[in-house]
Amino acid sequence: QYVPVKGDHVIGIVTAKAGDLFKVDVGGSEQASLSYLAFEGATKRNRPNVQVGDLIYGQFLVANKDMEPEMVCIDSSGRASGMGVIGQDGFLFKVSLGLIRKLLAPKCEIIQELSQLYPFELVLGMNGRIWVKAKTVQQTLIIVNILEACEYMTAEQRKQALAKLSGN
Amino acid sequence: MKETPLSNCERRFLLRAVQERKRLDGRQCYDYRNVRISFGADYGCCIVELGKTRVLGQVSCELVPPKPNRAAEGILFFNLELSPMAAPAFEPGRQSELLVKLNRLIERCLRNSKCIDTESLCVVAGEKVWQIRVDLHLLNHDGNIIDAASIAGIVALCHFRRPDVSVQGEEITVYTPEERDPVPLSIHHMPICVSFAFFEQGTYLLVDPSEREERVMDGLLVIAMNKHREICTIQSSGGIMLLKDQVLRCSKITAVKVAEITELIQKALENDQKVRKEGGKFGFAESIPNQKITAFKMERAAVDTKDVEEQAEEIITKADPPSEVFTKPILHTPGTAQIGEGIENAWGDLEESEREEAAEEEGETDATAFECQQMEMEDTITSCRSLYNFFFFFKDEPIVLSDSEEEEVVILEPQDVPRKTRTQANLKQENTSKKTLNKKRKKKRAAH
Repeated sequence: QYVPVKGDHVIGIVTAKAGDLFKVDVGGSEQASLSYLAFEGATKRNRPNVQVGDLIYGQFLVANKDMEPEMVCIDSSGRASGMGVIGQDGFLFKVSLGLIRKLLAPKCEIIQELSQLYPFELVLGMNGRIWVKAKTVQQTLIIVNILEACEYMTAEQRKQALAKLSGN
Repeated sequence: MKETPLSNCERRFLLRAVQERKRLDGRQCYDYRNVRISFGADYGCCIVELGKTRVLGQVSCELVPPKPNRAAEGILFFNLELSPMAAPAFEPGRQSELLVKLNRLIERCLRNSKCIDTESLCVVAGEKVWQIRVDLHLLNHDGNIIDAASIAGIVALCHFRRPDVSVQGEEITVYTPEERDPVPLSIHHMPICVSFAFFEQGTYLLVDPSEREERVMDGLLVIAMNKHREICTIQSSGGIMLLKDQVLRCSKITAVKVAEITELIQKALENDQKVRKEGGKFGFAESIPNQKITAFKMERAAVDTKDVEEQAEEIITKADPPSEVFTKPILHTPGTAQIGEGIENAWGDLEESEREEAAEEEGETDATAFECQQMEMEDTITSCRSLYNFFFFFKDEPIVLSDSEEEEVVILEPQDVPRKTRTQANLKQENTSKKTLNKKRKKKRAAH
């Protein structure tokens, strides 16, 4: 179960639009709220294009155990720096929180090895959600399966599996 | 708990994958996941794993009076439970639509197909019959609960042994398992459910949908068939319209799958029978493998212990001697005392940070030079102070330390520090006042 922490970057799913507020599910006990002004370049006239069911990458502004958490898609200086609505296509799946931290460590071997296979886009949320997009559906599925299996594979098993794939 | 909503992204991706005939776990369209059957120590208990979906089945029996309109037939009772450990959305005690639907389907499949001979369950017509109760618990939900539950149900029934009964006139004797071996139920055939998921108004078809695929499917078709190619139950849900040849095609696929699964069940039952006869170990403890996570296991690194002694001696000689331990009680204020060693107080650190802030305000370039000098001075001051303490303890008198912070003020005697002219005057004043304070403190201490 994920516990929201201030400053954490997470992937959320928009569940409801309530006036000028979005309700976002982040996998915790409560849904987070996201104001429509918390995007780069958003004003009252210029609303961001967010629908119910979209994926959002943002960080927590307020997250304590007594209140519902609040998230924003903008950093302290007002720039997006990669946050916001995640594009269409690609696939979202869940892994354990420990694996996410391992992947986010600097110089993670897994990601380096995977990037040698084929190019892909990857977004990691601290709430255990990963979004992947590669050129074809088949490639995306391969990456998803490898990442899910990385939890239980040792480094050698992983290298073997990748060697087999790159040989194909 | 509410279910996590399905994002548009996932939905689109899954539909695209289906169109390209790709499944999430790499199966083909008509492939089943791995079916694994394991038996418990009791007769009638089994666990069926269909991929990650797990169902536990348990059969039990009881002698009860029969139903009034069916006096010579036994009673079959089926119960499927969705345990909250199966999925976060399942809550205990809530009769959801899904649960009702699944229960009804299992009942129709296993009871209405007359796979069990209920007349053989009769002991005394009109008075006593066997009531067979089948409990199915869902342990993990990863799609296709119906198939897994139907397999678990039929396997548990095949595996079950009921106590032997003999009737002599008016007397009924129920033999315990020790007296006479328990008797298996008489089962005519084994109906197995096979589910088909439809996408895009029936254009694409998948067998054995996983949980993600179930969420985006348009409709579901369930066919229950036995190995003699007799359809026991057929149900279509989701409101999609199916063509005749689609349904026929599905039934042909079902026949193939059912044959495979029935063979698997027979083999599993035989294996279990053999193991029990030979007296080997049986039961869940043996058959469910121990799953260990070994990804983070590291080989024990060899530790080089050759130069340990030399290194240890080096370290000891270089280290400062440990501070003296004084066992005199120190009175902080009337009423509180301290015995034993205390840590050297680090009030100096506080003062240092204040100094840094002051320096920043006045000039950044000067600050770094100032700080360096300040650090050196700090060291000398603390060593002076510890000497002071040393000196006083030797006098054999209790030392009263008050809590006032004034005593702990660090006395700085800055030397030639390049500073801006406007602050020079201030600093000189500070110097003089501090020096007088210093002298006052020395007098105070001498007086004690």
